Order: sequence, then structure tokens, then C-alpha cells
Amino acid sequence: MRVREVFRFALRGLRANKLRSGLTTLGILIGVGAVILLIAVGQGSGAAVQARIDSLGSNLLLVTHQSAAVGRAASTRGGTQSSTANLTPAIAQELATSNQDPDVSVVAPVASTSVTATYDGASTTISQVVGSYPAYLPISNDSIAQGSSFTSDDVNHAHKVVVIGQTVVTDLFGSINPIGQTIQMNNVPYTVVGVLASKGGGSTFNDPDDVAIAPLSTVQDSLTGFGSLSEIAVQATSADTTTAAQSEVTALLLDYLGETTSTEQFTVTNESSLLSTAQSTTQTFTVLLAAVAAISLLVGGIGVTNIMLVTVTERTREIGIRKALGAPKGAILGQFLIEAVFLSVIGGALGVLVGVVGSRFTIDGIKPVLVPSSIALAFGVSAVIGLLFGSLPANRAAGLHPIEALRHE
Amino acid sequence: MSAGGTTRPSAVHISALTKVYGEGDAAVHALRGVDLDVPHGDYVAIMGSSGSGKSTMMNIVGCLDVPTTGGYRLDGIDIGSLDEAQLSIVRNRKIGFVFQSFNLLPRTSAFENVELPLVYGGVRGAERRRRAMAALELVGLADRVDHLPNQLSGGQQQRVAVARALVNAPSLILADEPTGNLDTHSSYEVMGLFDRLNAVGRTIVVITHEEDIAEHAKRFIRLVDGRIVEDRRLSPVDGRPPKLGAAEVSRYPRGVAGSVAGG
Repeated sequence: MRVREVFRFALRGLRANKLRSGLTTLGILIGVGAVILLIAVGQGSGAAVQARIDSLGSNLLLVTHQSAAVGRAASTRGGTQSSTANLTPAIAQELATSNQDPDVSVVAPVASTSVTATYDGASTTISQVVGSYPAYLPISNDSIAQGSSFTSDDVNHAHKVVVIGQTVVTDLFGSINPIGQTIQMNNVPYTVVGVLASKGGGSTFNDPDDVAIAPLSTVQDSLTGFGSLSEIAVQATSADTTTAAQSEVTALLLDYLGETTSTEQFTVTNESSLLSTAQSTTQTFTVLLAAVAAISLLVGGIGVTNIMLVTVTERTREIGIRKALGAPKGAILGQFLIEAVFLSVIGGALGVLVGVVGSRFTIDGIKPVLVPSSIALAFGVSAVIGLLFGSLPANRAAGLHPIEALRHE
Repeated sequence: MSAGGTTRPSAVHISALTKVYGEGDAAVHALRGVDLDVPHGDYVAIMGSSGSGKSTMMNIVGCLDVPTTGGYRLDGIDIGSLDEAQLSIVRNRKIGFVFQSFNLLPRTSAFENVELPLVYGGVRGAERRRRAMAALELVGLADRVDHLPNQLSGGQQQRVAVARALVNAPSLILADEPTGNLDTHSSYEVMGLFDRLNAVGRTIVVITHEEDIAEHAKRFIRLVDGRIVEDRRLSPVDGRPPKLGAAEVSRYPRGVAGSVAGG
């Protein structure tokens, strides 16, 4: 009935000022688009961290020097730093053979460094060269995509063989089959025997595919020297027993080294718990982004109020005419409220479109992940904003005195 | 003071009406006790210089303003007892306004302007279109329905306004200086329209300061300083408007009409 007519009046009002309506809509569009897109970016970086956790394996423990940085990222430091007690393969051996750590399944000592690798004129820096046992591959969730892993025999005889990641393959070989080829790592020739399956993801932290894994003895012999190991990687029997394994390993280490807790030189860290911390950081980051976006949505809402106030002032005479012709208060209120809601809902719908389209692009290395609830939320908020911020001008219009409104020039 | 001896209440019945703007020393007495009874079918011209209170009276009669003291009954309804929502219904059903400055909605076609009171009155679809078209035909603008106000001459715009005023079949058509912005020819077109409307029974109150316009009415009222100083009947309520049919032939209205006092 009359609702339809009031709608028609509202749309006519909007059409009368297309540019103004468009610009007001733009304010809401940017706000809603920003909310959706920024939440998607935050979610995307969170997902990247999650991918790293998954690729590491959730039951990985690392034994490191207390002073050392953590994880593979520590690979840039050399293996020769001075310390009173070295991490040695013997400790790894102790951890592997002891029967006091039932929750530990596999142990692998790790000596890591970074090298410059060359092949046939091509050169690249491999940021993670890992010397270890064949057991390291399952611990670090690596698998062989092509060729084969090195063997215990290779470790025993310090054969110069290496398994390389996809990034190294791309950088050095391009389309050439790398298996059987010899690369120079810091001028030491290594024969490529295998290629690791790509892990992908995590590009914002470090590339998990920029890696080379070789026998521990070979790496120590030719690259790092026989000082302290970088770390000892320990795999718990399952994700649930990681904490138990962590305390067992700590106890064993103290026992073996004869140290008290206060002079403890090694730390046993749970890699995935560290990344969980990183993830909570990205969540804070997401909340911050969303807050900024929400503020821009609020500013858009104030824009709606502003424009509607201008419109009401401009059309005071029209309001007077309508009232003289018997328009009830509700009809005037409805007309201006619908105009405001329409502005913000159209802006909201276009904002959703922009947000969804924008999140299909990779932004600063992060693939945004759309959160459906953020779309519903942003769109809903934009409609509520229209109602809320439109009610002040609409009330003003409805409350105008007909005589004064008619006299208005 | 019941008029005509009929059982139907008067279109307008005002008693001891006063209107004061402001308070204390700054108070302005716009109306100082007005009594007026307009029976149905009457055609009243209200004259007065500016500041005489005629605009105030127009606003009160049109239910756009409320009196300070005194009673007002429109078509038997006690206006003083109505709230705002009821007042808007009265304005919609009982009163048709014609303004000096036309007051058509801009960017809105003639048809849609005429339709407006019906929209607010809740008249729907085909019935609304039929009545709006009938009103436009009555004012001779059936061929201009889709024209916007800025595509119409002043006289045409005012005829659209008249069509809009009568489309709801109100008890009273209230015209405030309806010819004030029109040339002589358009003025007589519009006044001729009022004459014909009154001839078919519409009650009309015209506020004007032009005597030749006032001569179209059956009754002449002069306001001075918020009081009625002259209330003269020019022709009977039941009769024809005095100038009906004369508008078109009267080329020299001021000369031919003579003095109002002599009429």
C-alpha cells in the first residue's frame, strides 16, 4: 500500500542527486570493502602460519643451545661457536637409545648452515643446508618427490650426496633433471640424489623449499666443522605426547650432562607451540586491521548522516508541501529513513563485491582467505548504520513545522 | 450562528479566535477575536493589508497552525481536540490548498503531483489514477499529465495545484493569494476555474489583496489589525458565483468592475 509509494518517493530523492548519492555510497563501500578485505588478509596470514605448523609436524621438539635462535631459521649461525658443552651426536645417540623416554620415537642430530651453491654457471644461496641422518626427513615432514634419500651408509662414509628442495631445483637447474648432477656448495662438490616434495606456503616467513639435506658427517666435514651441532630434532610418538616427550628429553639431558636446572645450557622447544604464538600475533594483527576498517565504516556512516541533513535542509519546502497535503509524520520519517538505508545498503552491497573481488588477489605475499561471517557482518552493519545514522535527519524532517517548512526558501 | 438552516454543520465555524505570537512585551496579537461562519457552498474572499492577520487566519483555517484561544470547527469537527496524526488526516481529507507560489513538487510530473494527496490518503491503483486524471481534465490539463512543473507556464502550474487541491473532494478549498504570481490572463483562467468549482458546490476561501479577484466571490471579508471590519454578502450562498462566465469576456477587469463598495 502506502509503503510502496514512500519507497518511490525515497528513490526519486536519491535519483535527483546522483553524484551526491554516489559519493555517499562510496564512503560506505570503502568501509564495508575494507572490513571484508582486511579481515581476509588477516585470516590469510593466519592460514599461512597454520600451513607452516602443518608442514613442520605438530610433534616436533628441538634441542638447542639456550642462547640460540630457534628452528631452521637458526641455520645462519655457524656450528663452531664456543660453548662449555656442545651438542654432539653422542647426546642424540643417548636420547635415541635410552629407555627413559618412551614418548620419543625418532631422534636426529642436525648441523645446519647456509651456502652458496652453483651449477653450470647458475648460482643461488641455499639458506638452509641441513646435515643429519636419513631419519630427519620424516621428522621434518619432508618426503622425496624424485630420486631417493641418502642412506645410513652415506652418513657412515661421509659421501658427498645431497637431497634438495624445489626452490633450489628451480634456481639451479630450471628444467634440467637434477638427479645425478653435481652441484658445488661453497665449492665442495655434492651429487644430487633426490628432490624433496614441495611444502609450499609460509612464504612470508621463510621458504621451506629453499633447503638442502645431506649426511651429517659430510656437512660437518666440508661445511660446518665438528663443533657443536645446531640442534637435535626429536619426534614424539604423537602430537598428544609432545609435552611428555619434552619433559623426558629435558630430564635425560640434565642427567646426561650432570647439570642442574639453573645452569641448564640447552633448551627443548616445541616448534609448533612457538608458531602458535606467531598465530596469536597474526590474530591480534587481524583485530587491529578490522578495527581500522570498522572506523572507516563509521566515517562512512557519518557521511550518510551529513548528506541526509543537507538533503533535509534543502528539501524543507518539499516536506512542508507534503505535510500540507496531509502526509503523516510516519510517511515523511519513512521516506528519509529509506533514503539513508538505501544509500548505505547499496554501498554495503558494492563493498561486499569489492571485498570479494579484492580478496582474489595476492596482497603482499598473503593469499587472503574470505570469512563468510565477515561479509554478513559488514553488510548487516552497513544496513544498521543507515537506520541509525539516517534516523537523526529523518526525525528532523518529520518534526518540521508545516508553516515554517512552507515558508523556507 | 448556524447557516442556511440545514442539518449539515458549517464548513468553517470560528468563534472568538485569537492568536498571539511571542510573550510579554514582545507579544504580537495577530488575531484579536474573530468570529466567522462559512456555510457549505459559500465562496469567500478575505482581504487585508499585510500584517492584518489574514495569513495567520489562513494557517489556522488550514489546520497548519493552532489558535491561542477560541474555537474552530471544520465540517463539524472540533479541530482543537485533535492530535498531530489526526490533523494530518483532516488536512488530507477536508482541505485543499492552493498557494501563491504553486508549491508543486519539483522533478515530479503534473500527474504525480495531483496524485499526492490520494497517495497519503491511502487511495490505490486504478481508483487513484482515475481520480487524478479526472481532476486534471477538470482544470483542462489532460494533455500535460507527464510534464514537469518547470515545463509548464505559471498559469498551468497553478491549475495543476488546483487539481491537486480538489482531487480528494475536500470540504474546503483554501487559496492563499492564488493569482499573486500570475499575469492577468492566467489570473482569470484560475479564478474562472474557482467560479466553476463553486458553481458545482465546492466551498472556497480565497485570500487576496486584489479587489477585482475578490469580486469573483459571493462574500467579501476585510481584516484590519486582526479583526473583521467588513463582512458583506455579494450574492446568495445558493446562487451562482457573480462572475461565472464573465472571466473570459472581461478584458479590462479593473475598469469594468468598478468599485467594490458600489457592488
